[in-house]
Amino acid sequence: MILEVCNVTKKFGGVTAIKDTSFSVKAKEIYGLIGPNGAGKTTMFNIITGNYEPTEGDIKFHGQKINGIKPFKIVHRGIARTFQNIRLFKSMTVMDNVLIGFDYQASYSYLEAIFRLPRFFKEERRVRKRAIEIMEVLDIAQYAEELATSLSYGQQRKVEIARALAANPQLLLLDEPAAGMNPLETHELAELFFKIRDEFDITILLIEHDMKFVNKLCDRVMVLDYGKTIFEGDIKDAIQNEEVIKAYLGDFKHA
Amino acid sequence: MIEDKIFTNQRLINLAIIITAIWFTWFAQNTFDEYTIRIINNVAIFIILAVSYNLINGVTGQFSLEPNGFVAIGAYVTAILLVDSEGMLYQYDIEDPYPWVLALQTNFLWALILSGTISALLALSLSFPVFRVRGDYLAIVTLGFGFIIRILAINSPEITNGSLGINDIPEYSNLYWTGGVAIFTVMAILNIIYSKYGRAMKAVRDDEDAATAMGVNTFKIKTLAFSTSAFFEGVGGGLLAALLTSISPDLFTFFLTFQLLIIIVLGGLGSTTGAILGTIFVMAGLEYMRFLDEPMNILGMETEAMPGMRMVVFSLILILVMLFAREGLMGKKELSDLFKRKKADK
Repeated sequence: MILEVCNVTKKFGGVTAIKDTSFSVKAKEIYGLIGPNGAGKTTMFNIITGNYEPTEGDIKFHGQKINGIKPFKIVHRGIARTFQNIRLFKSMTVMDNVLIGFDYQASYSYLEAIFRLPRFFKEERRVRKRAIEIMEVLDIAQYAEELATSLSYGQQRKVEIARALAANPQLLLLDEPAAGMNPLETHELAELFFKIRDEFDITILLIEHDMKFVNKLCDRVMVLDYGKTIFEGDIKDAIQNEEVIKAYLGDFKHA
Repeated sequence: MIEDKIFTNQRLINLAIIITAIWFTWFAQNTFDEYTIRIINNVAIFIILAVSYNLINGVTGQFSLEPNGFVAIGAYVTAILLVDSEGMLYQYDIEDPYPWVLALQTNFLWALILSGTISALLALSLSFPVFRVRGDYLAIVTLGFGFIIRILAINSPEITNGSLGINDIPEYSNLYWTGGVAIFTVMAILNIIYSKYGRAMKAVRDDEDAATAMGVNTFKIKTLAFSTSAFFEGVGGGLLAALLTSISPDLFTFFLTFQLLIIIVLGGLGSTTGAILGTIFVMAGLEYMRFLDEPMNILGMETEAMPGMRMVVFSLILILVMLFAREGLMGKKELSDLFKRKKADK
């Protein structure tokens, strides 16, 4: 088990956003977190990445407790994420955006940067080469010197994924990666995720609404509804589960 | 391949600029009259201050109003280290100076380095309370910091000679010093900006949460930017003290910060090239426009001397620039970006 969420409860004042939720993600699988709006999916992401501290329960990564660790340190341990609404660095090029992911991996000191000592060039070359490799996998290398925000929506998504991959994660959290994309783009994206998983040898945990997409991509899913877990297990069972259909997939059969 | 090209291109441009700047320093020292040299000295010192202020305010996007505080610290440290004990005993009228104030004495280089270091250490300790919170708190705290430093300077006559200030500081600053330090500062700041630290600073400016989510220690990055700019502001203050030869608390009011803020906003927040252009524009422009204060002969019409006319015209120019170039002269671009753009057009 790469990620274990053990009996997590999160309360905001009187509101319980997540109630006693447990699930675990196996290494190299693609795991889906689904549920209607306001079900607590993004809250769950924020707990895993350390932005929120769970009111009760623990998050374990490779068997070690990670709740209470600062968010940037959790990234160093190997969990990277993308955002629901794309959040690229507006003033920076695609290349620089991706290079931010390498921030903690380029090991030269502040003084080495100021005086341009040999290690600066060595490390900077190494991470730039890696950045281009990642961009090539995602097919955005040709935009390296463009401003990130000048790209199309779909390409910006890819830049955000490239940036997260640059942080060298073992677990990649994707918050609604297919939002705002047409069926063709969605299809391509699913193929891309299979490719990313195999190429970078990582586990993917994603939030998604598009059931076709989830069905194609995910090995297992968990369905949340108003903070409660109503289903956990195989995707094939999920779409036949009465409760899941009632809560969320109501019109799935007709779709 | 691509990255190698970027490195060599940038290095060549940098080298060309350094050589031009060194040549200009030498040329100016030998050609211009004393008045012009004094203006260039001033411009060089303000380039140091503006470029380093731009690092925290423009590049890292943390709105702070501290430069006058750190410039004051740098100026006082240098002054205390340069004036010998005899001179101090002669000047300190309000209270006798502390023995350690009398004893401290170094050469100019060490005085500058210590000015910078003390400013940087103060910035470091200040950043712990300040960067715990986000937003405009930094502006308020740093604004207060500037006032506190000034009031401390007035109220500790044993160290600073109170409101009388320190006079007869040896005039070490010349074009080689101010120009040299300015070149070094610009190079150092640019080297920071074009490294992972600079990228992280820009990332903090653009989206702090996203930067954290990419593994950037945003507190450390903000502290680095703040301390670095404090270091160079301290050094700039030291140069200023040794250029003016006399300093007093009144030199370091909020107006100094305000002036620097105008410079970097005019030049383009976040652009080092912009900060340099802004300095030249504001400092040299203000000097050049002195003729506006004097009696003039416009198309045969004699006008009377109008003191303050210069500031009116200057303000008008500022308004016009901000109307037509809202992001400042350079926006967020650097000189090297302009070269790149030209190549792409071809």
